[in-house]
Amino acid sequence: MIEIQRISKSFGDRQILKDISGVFEKGKPNLIIGASGTGKSVLLKCIVGLVKPDTGTVFYDDRNFTDGDRKVKKEVRREIGMLFQGGALFDSKTVEQNVCFPLDILTSMPKEEKAERVNQVLTRVGLANANKKMPSELSGGMRKRVGIARAIVNNPKYLFCDEPNSGLDPQTSILIDELIKELTVDYDTTTIVVTHDMNSVMGIGDNIMFIFQGKKLWEGANKDITHSGVKELDDFVFANKVMNAMRQNT
Amino acid sequence: MKEIGSYFIFLGNLFINRESFRTQYRLIVDECVLIGLDSIFLFVLVSTFIGAVTTVQTAYNLIAPYIPNYVISQVVREMTLLELAPTIMAIIYAGKVGSSMAGNLGTMRITEQIDALEVMGINAVNYLVLPKIVASLFMYPLLVIVAGSCSLLGGYIVGVLTGIIAPTEYIYGLRYLFNDFTVTFALIKAFAFAFLVSSISSFKGFYTKGGALEVGISSTKAVTTSVIAILIADYLLAQLLLA
Ligand SMILES: Nc1ncnc2c1ncn2[C@@H]1O[C@H](COP(=O)(O)OP(=O)(O)OP(=O)(O)O)[C@@H](O)[C@H]1O
Ligand SMILES: [Mg+2]
Repeated sequence: MIEIQRISKSFGDRQILKDISGVFEKGKPNLIIGASGTGKSVLLKCIVGLVKPDTGTVFYDDRNFTDGDRKVKKEVRREIGMLFQGGALFDSKTVEQNVCFPLDILTSMPKEEKAERVNQVLTRVGLANANKKMPSELSGGMRKRVGIARAIVNNPKYLFCDEPNSGLDPQTSILIDELIKELTVDYDTTTIVVTHDMNSVMGIGDNIMFIFQGKKLWEGANKDITHSGVKELDDFVFANKVMNAMRQNT
Repeated sequence: MKEIGSYFIFLGNLFINRESFRTQYRLIVDECVLIGLDSIFLFVLVSTFIGAVTTVQTAYNLIAPYIPNYVISQVVREMTLLELAPTIMAIIYAGKVGSSMAGNLGTMRITEQIDALEVMGINAVNYLVLPKIVASLFMYPLLVIVAGSCSLLGGYIVGVLTGIIAPTEYIYGLRYLFNDFTVTFALIKAFAFAFLVSSISSFKGFYTKGGALEVGISSTKAVTTSVIAILIADYLLAQLLLA
């Protein structure tokens, strides 16, 4: 479980995040949704410690990550896996080396065990035969999947995905969403997924936080999202033609 | 001014939260190979030609019959050791290696590869930049030695082939009134420039913001700033060590 308390962040004189609090539960995907540029990625970066919030605190299972000492931070970092918006694969390394990297850095596993683990996660994301490929030879969807493989290789307790399916076709998107959900349930991770894709919201959104211009305006499950009574959320949800057609029909 | 401040903070970060010696050693070797492959051809080419041209130019300007021929190679030697090998080559080094360092780090920044390292708790400045600086400190002086030799050789080849100077005269000139401090001085400059180019270029690349366009801008700025720093350092070192 991850809890954030009153997170605010400004860049220069522009306030990006305004006093956001919330709880992200274990064993199911937690979604952060909102339009482009509302600060979703910045919020995620605050949570994982890449950006230091101006005020507010992040707790990882009651460990204070924001103001904790270096030992706590190091401990938490070992338990984090993150998929970046563009995959963020190291482009001088092969797929295999990319996926193995967290194991090289964070563990002292013997070589054979590492190789086995790498193959295991690559198979899991459906890329069993791509070991020796370079990132530049991969398609966007494959990069995302390698990114996921790298994020989960060290059995993280906390998994973060920044727009796992932006730029992918609807079918691949669904596969990736399903994959994230499966991994979350199987390994009982606390998973946070940033997205603006309504398909994901309807598919895996048991627990959703809606951000609008840096403020949290709503939270709840996807079954309630169409009747939230929040105008900004309605605008966001029904911007999707399918959702809008559904609303007209009922 | 603020930028100079963050440059020094950046340098301070090089040594915080270090990787294991083995990891660093491997990264440094990789960088050395990269730098060597990147620049050796250009260095040999440019320095050989400059040596050759200096020989021809000097000969052309020394027409008085009472000046002995060996003065030509003596001039080539001094030019090479004092300015050409360490300083002019540093400018080329900034253009070739510095810009590629900045481009490389800039790309890693905008594609979030640096963030990916930091999420895992790696100090990216230590992991990515320190090996570049150390490799540079190691490789650039070597390249300067190569460039210096090529320049003298280029002068020899052209001088002898065109009949400007006899082989024995050229060698005699190279050794005539030779002060070995010039070599030390050239190497001191080489270390200083290697550090400036690699650290400034890395700094510019590391803090790239935006997209592909900004990576290009960072590369260009890395070269401009490095060249200015080289020239200032060149002047200061000359004042300090030769005056
Ligand atoms: N390091 C930074 N410095 C200054 N401004 C920033 C920085 N990072 C983000 N911003 C600004 O914060 C705002 C929110 O950006 P963010 O990346 O969080 O949007 P987002 O909600 O993730 O959008 P998208 O869905 O397009 O990814 C943007 O206006 C951006 O310009
Ligand atoms: Mg984003």
